[in-house]
Formats: sequence, C-alpha cells, structure tokens
Amino acid sequence: MQALRALLVRDMRIALRIGGGALMGVLFFLAVVTLTPFAVGPDPALLRRIGPAILWLGALLASLLALDRLFAADHEDGSLDLILMGSAPLELTVAVKALAHWLTTGLPLVVAVPVLGLLLDLDPLAIGAVALTLLAGTPALTFIGVIGAALAVALRRGGLLLPVLVLPLTVPVLIFGVSAADAAIVGPVPFGAPFTILCALTLMSLVIGPFAAAATLRHGLD
Amino acid sequence: MHLRGIELGCIRGGRPVFAGVSFALAQGEAIAVTGRNGAGKTTLLRLIAGLLAPTAGRLELDGGPAEASLAEQAHYLGHRDALKPGLTVLENLQFWYAFLGGRNAVAAAALETVGLGGLAGLPAAYLSAGQRRRLALARLVAAPRPIWLLDEPTAALDTAGQQRLGELMRSHLTGGGLIMAATHGPLGIDAKELRLETSPEARLASSTLAEGGALARSPASSPAQDRATSTASPFPHRGGEPRG
Repeated sequence: MQALRALLVRDMRIALRIGGGALMGVLFFLAVVTLTPFAVGPDPALLRRIGPAILWLGALLASLLALDRLFAADHEDGSLDLILMGSAPLELTVAVKALAHWLTTGLPLVVAVPVLGLLLDLDPLAIGAVALTLLAGTPALTFIGVIGAALAVALRRGGLLLPVLVLPLTVPVLIFGVSAADAAIVGPVPFGAPFTILCALTLMSLVIGPFAAAATLRHGLD
Repeated sequence: MHLRGIELGCIRGGRPVFAGVSFALAQGEAIAVTGRNGAGKTTLLRLIAGLLAPTAGRLELDGGPAEASLAEQAHYLGHRDALKPGLTVLENLQFWYAFLGGRNAVAAAALETVGLGGLAGLPAAYLSAGQRRRLALARLVAAPRPIWLLDEPTAALDTAGQQRLGELMRSHLTGGGLIMAATHGPLGIDAKELRLETSPEARLASSTLAEGGALARSPASSPAQDRATSTASPFPHRGGEPRG
C-alpha cells in the first residue's frame, strides 16, 4: 500500500510540475473547442446543437494527448524496471498509474467544461449534462488508453500507434456519452438509459484496462 | 541466504546470448560478472532481477522471508538511474524508498552517505552523470535489501565516489548481504569472478555477419547464415539493449 501511495503521489506531482501533462490537456481542449466555431461558422443555434458533441470530441482527443508517455517515460529512465520488480501486483500498479493520470488530465477537463460551454453558448442544463457525462466517461477513456500506453512501451515507436489503436476502442464511450448528454438536453430518450450504459462501459474498462496493460507490459519485457 | 543460478541460458531477439551459466553466491560474498561487450552481463543481471525469463536453467534462493520473491529482496541498479528530472533530489529518493519498502525516514542520511547532502532541494535535471549515479546508489542505502544487482556501478563515478561505493559494498557484505556486479574495472572489494564467454552459436552468427551481409543473403543459406540473417533484422534487440 505504501508503495502504491508513493507511486500515486509521485505521478501526480510530476504531472503538475512545469512540463507535466496536466495543464497541456486542458489547453488542447480549449484550442479544439475555440477552433470549432471558426470551422462551422458563428451560428449560435448550430453551436448549441452540436456543443455537447464538440466538448466530448475535444475531451477525447485531449485525454489521449499525454497518454503515450504514461509508461514510456518510466521505461526510458529505467523506473519501469524497478516498478515491475515491485511487490504489489502489476495490475494494481497499472491501475494506480492510470488513476494518477486521470486525476491530473481527465478531471481538469471536466472542471473546464463550464467555461468552455459558455464559448459554445450552452445553457446551464446542457453544461451540467456534459460535465456529468464526462465525469462518468473520461475514466473509461484513460483506462482504455492504458492498454495503448503499455503497447507504446512493448512496441518500439508505439507512441505513434497509440491514437490509431485506442481511438476505435473509445467509439462506444463517445456514442453513449454524447447521446446521454443530448438526452438530458433535448430528449426524447430518457437520460438514464444511455448514461447507465456509459457507466457500465467505464466499469468494464476499469477492470479490463489494467489487466490488459499489465499483460502487455509483462509480455513486452525483453 | 544463498543464491544459486543453475545452467542458465538466455535467447534474446532470436540470438543466444549465453548458455550454461552457473554460479553460487552465499551471504557476505560478491561476484564480479565480467566479459566482453555483448557477452550478456546486463542480461544475466536482469534475468536474476526477474526482468527477463531464462530460456534454460533456473534460479534458487534459500533463506530470507519465505513469502518474498527474489525480485522483492533484490536491488537492481541498471544503466539508467531511474530518476525523474522534474522532482528534486530528495523527492526522487523519498519516492524510491517508499516504493521499495524502506521503513525509516533515512533519506537525508542516505544523501549524506553518497555525498549529495547539500543538494536535497535541487531538481534532478541539474545533476551531472556522476551525481545521478550517486543518487541512484542512495536508493540502495535508504531501502535495505539483502541482494544487490549492480550493472557497472562505477560508471561515471569519480575516484572519491568509487571509494565511497567500495565502502558501501564492503559494509553491505559485512552485514550479510550478497552482491552481483557487472563490471569492466576493479570494484574495490573482494569478489569472485564470473566470466561470461560468448556462446558458440552467437560467435558463429557474429563472425558470419562480419564476413559480409551479401553472403548471408545468398539463396542457399546454411543454418549459420540463417542466424546471421536474423541478427541483421531491422530489430536486432527489441526492448533494453544487451549492453555491458
């Protein structure tokens, strides 16, 4: 336990220091959201309608931004060897690293939604719906992403492969995240149905992600 | 506590690194692993640390707490120092001793021991290669473990640093520790030598390769040439390079 707590604190500390990934994700999110009106035109009605989808897409891309460094940085400086030798089960260690990553990159995206929602002329209900669905959905993005992050270590130059491998796996999360937010804003589907499926996807990824990533890291040992 | 390796063999990237390596290490003993570059010194240490699986032979560990694995009782000091440039010297060390199960708050004392006492608050990015090595060594002092696996521990250390390392290793051995160190130079302690010879197959492959790649690409290829071809593949050694 002591080891896992130390790892959590260290990873969060590194992410929050200058050059860490925490602020970078939020800035990227901001860039994506502010660029969209330039692309689709300054029509408030249109932006209001596609706002939840833009916020979800932005969050999805931003959460992948720093992910390839999750294990690769530790691999390059030799820390990963010592982490693999640790006494805690590797699955738990991977889950702790993913948790630290979500707390420093996923959670700030949720916090940024109210501000970015204003840029898209979303009303408070819509902002609340998007924030809630992102809170439930971004852990799934991170925990699916750790599989790709582990592959980035096992395969040389895997970092470039990561988005290609991970993005298709995040499609269900995106679909149910956006449809839950839309259901809350315009209906006609009740909010509960897609939101429950989104939560189920997150719970599934919380289990599958660490096991798959740990297996990948073990297999990639060489 | 006894550590024995019996007829260990390892194949990496389709290339046999070594075969039939045996050793026995008792409490208070040290082994210096020597051999030319590419003989498999790092591979052997990583194998003992559990970071690689042996393709032949086995490792035996007697004594120590029954539930703790070999990896949990060993320190592995690799080529890379496992330091985060964004964290300070003290934060780096504190993380490792908490992660490795050090019990007491001995970090500051460990920094003094390796001669980094005044640099606790400095980000590790500003350390020189020798200072990084000293900080990595402080890890061994801060979290006591019986088995030390050291990969070229003297690399980048100045004379005073090497002396200090010698003192550290001597006191570790006096306290009943085990040391296995890959090295090219003198370690400064009494140690048995384990010389790794390149295995015949690997030697054959590398000599065929040296004679020219065109030979290996000829259609009628002998097994030796096949091996040379596989050595010349675009990914000769995936993962950590066999160094040392």
